[in-house]
Amino acid sequence: MTEQAYNFAYLDEQTKRMIRRALLKALAIPGYQVPFASREMPMPYGWGTGGVQVTAACLMPEDRLKVIDQGADDTTNAVSIRRFFQRVAGVAVTESTAEASVIQTRHRIPETALGEGQILVYQVPIPEPLRFLEPRETETRKMHELEEYGLIHVKLYEDIARHGEIATAYAYPVQVEGRYVMDPSPIPKFDNPKLSGNPAIQLFGAGRESRIYAVPPYSAVVSLDFDDHPFVASKADHDCDLCGAGDSYLDEVIVDDAGGRMFVCSDTDFCAGRRADGHRGRLAPEVAG
Amino acid sequence: MTAMGHDMAEAGRGAGAGEMGIFAKRKGEGPLLQVAGLRKHYGARIGCTDVSFDLWPGEVLGIVGESGSGKSTLLSCLAGHLAPDAGQVLFQTADGMQDTLAMAEPARRRLMRTDWAFVHQHARDGLRMGVSAGGNVGERLMAVGARHYGQIRGAATDWLQKVEISADRIDDRPSQFSGGMQQRLQIARNLVTGPRLVFMDEPTGGLDVSVQARLLDLLRGLVREMGLSVIIVTHDLAVVRLLADRLMVMKSGRVVEQGLTDQVLDDPQHGYTQLLVSSVLQV
Repeated sequence: MTEQAYNFAYLDEQTKRMIRRALLKALAIPGYQVPFASREMPMPYGWGTGGVQVTAACLMPEDRLKVIDQGADDTTNAVSIRRFFQRVAGVAVTESTAEASVIQTRHRIPETALGEGQILVYQVPIPEPLRFLEPRETETRKMHELEEYGLIHVKLYEDIARHGEIATAYAYPVQVEGRYVMDPSPIPKFDNPKLSGNPAIQLFGAGRESRIYAVPPYSAVVSLDFDDHPFVASKADHDCDLCGAGDSYLDEVIVDDAGGRMFVCSDTDFCAGRRADGHRGRLAPEVAG
Repeated sequence: MTAMGHDMAEAGRGAGAGEMGIFAKRKGEGPLLQVAGLRKHYGARIGCTDVSFDLWPGEVLGIVGESGSGKSTLLSCLAGHLAPDAGQVLFQTADGMQDTLAMAEPARRRLMRTDWAFVHQHARDGLRMGVSAGGNVGERLMAVGARHYGQIRGAATDWLQKVEISADRIDDRPSQFSGGMQQRLQIARNLVTGPRLVFMDEPTGGLDVSVQARLLDLLRGLVREMGLSVIIVTHDLAVVRLLADRLMVMKSGRVVEQGLTDQVLDDPQHGYTQLLVSSVLQV
């Protein structure tokens, strides 16, 4: 099949208009889950069908797209979604956070601070933060409607009772602009502070669940906690072994069968940029010459 | 009902009103709950009909009757779980008597988790089985805005001890508890916010007699200590004899007799009540 068989960015214009209406509503009511008519996409559910639809609705021919998966530009999910949009939209792509105008992400917020005019699109598996506490969808909607959020603290209570601290490490519930409690998608809680006051537009798409929600620029996003167990944005207690960064989120990599391991930045663009600037970590290869 | 029986039932009601007067005087305020003309039909069938009564602060009202007599329907209508077809349920709130059926939903739901409590017959209907005992007790506190872990846990520990569950079981899940413990946990979970009105639907159903006796003892203590008003639905006359100040007997969706508990049980007027009282097995 030829590329001309597709409309720009795969979805037809009516579908994109429908998604844009949902996006506008989501931006008008920060954190509120807007239902939308999610389409079948040429990928399985769980691979970012929601994010892809939101990206498709946002893309313009002059956009520059970056796609990351757990912070990395070069993993299967990121590569295939990037190539998908190269093929069906013909937009420019980049791995540099600063140069991108639209960034689709799976489970990370880039380390490099985002700016005005950038759009960050999250892939969301389960948009309902109360889902595993209250299985009835009618009831969770009612709880959002009436702002009855005591139950979300029961989950945090259980964490402390069982582990001595809030052990929820990802998909950490937040409250947006003092109103809706939102699941920030499975980003590590290390990234939660970056949600708040961010100059970029943050859009969340859940394809299987047919929900879109959003955090407009410069919105106040508060991570829920207890007075005597405050929220802590935790990360592995190491520096990056490649670029030496002490303030970025790290992946732990097993390197041999003898228990050897290394910690590297999960954001590959950030790590490569630092190494290009001459920063070196504990296990960085020797520079030739 | 014979004319004479009816008259004597009226007399029973009169005496009941006198008793209510004592409650009113002690508290120096009006009734806590006023129910008028409550009716619920399931299609053409009657769930309950023409139910009216007042409940005074600190009073325990028992509702007895056989299966299918409409007592659980009545309780569900009162507690706001079912929408009745007609009638009023007035509750004394901070802003005076308010019709809970006409109330805005947020206000009614707030009432349900602060001033009201509902104890289900099956503990697992009223508990979150996947959440620890402490979390179950703490849920209502967190629902009304408690955000201090230490204080929530302290209150949960206190309440577990009040219902005779040892403090070291606080992190166990209800599924690891026996039936009697689950029921006591459910009571703790409901009473932790200090409600004024408690609805109980067969709280001792399905428990063996010695466990029942301990639970009743505990309930009686809590009711007296906290000055709770209780509406308790049961088919077990021994339970109401022990707990209830006043009794309503239901049959086929209608209240056939009401009055002081001892009066109704010792000197039943209505034929059905006589049958009910005489059906209790003597050991």
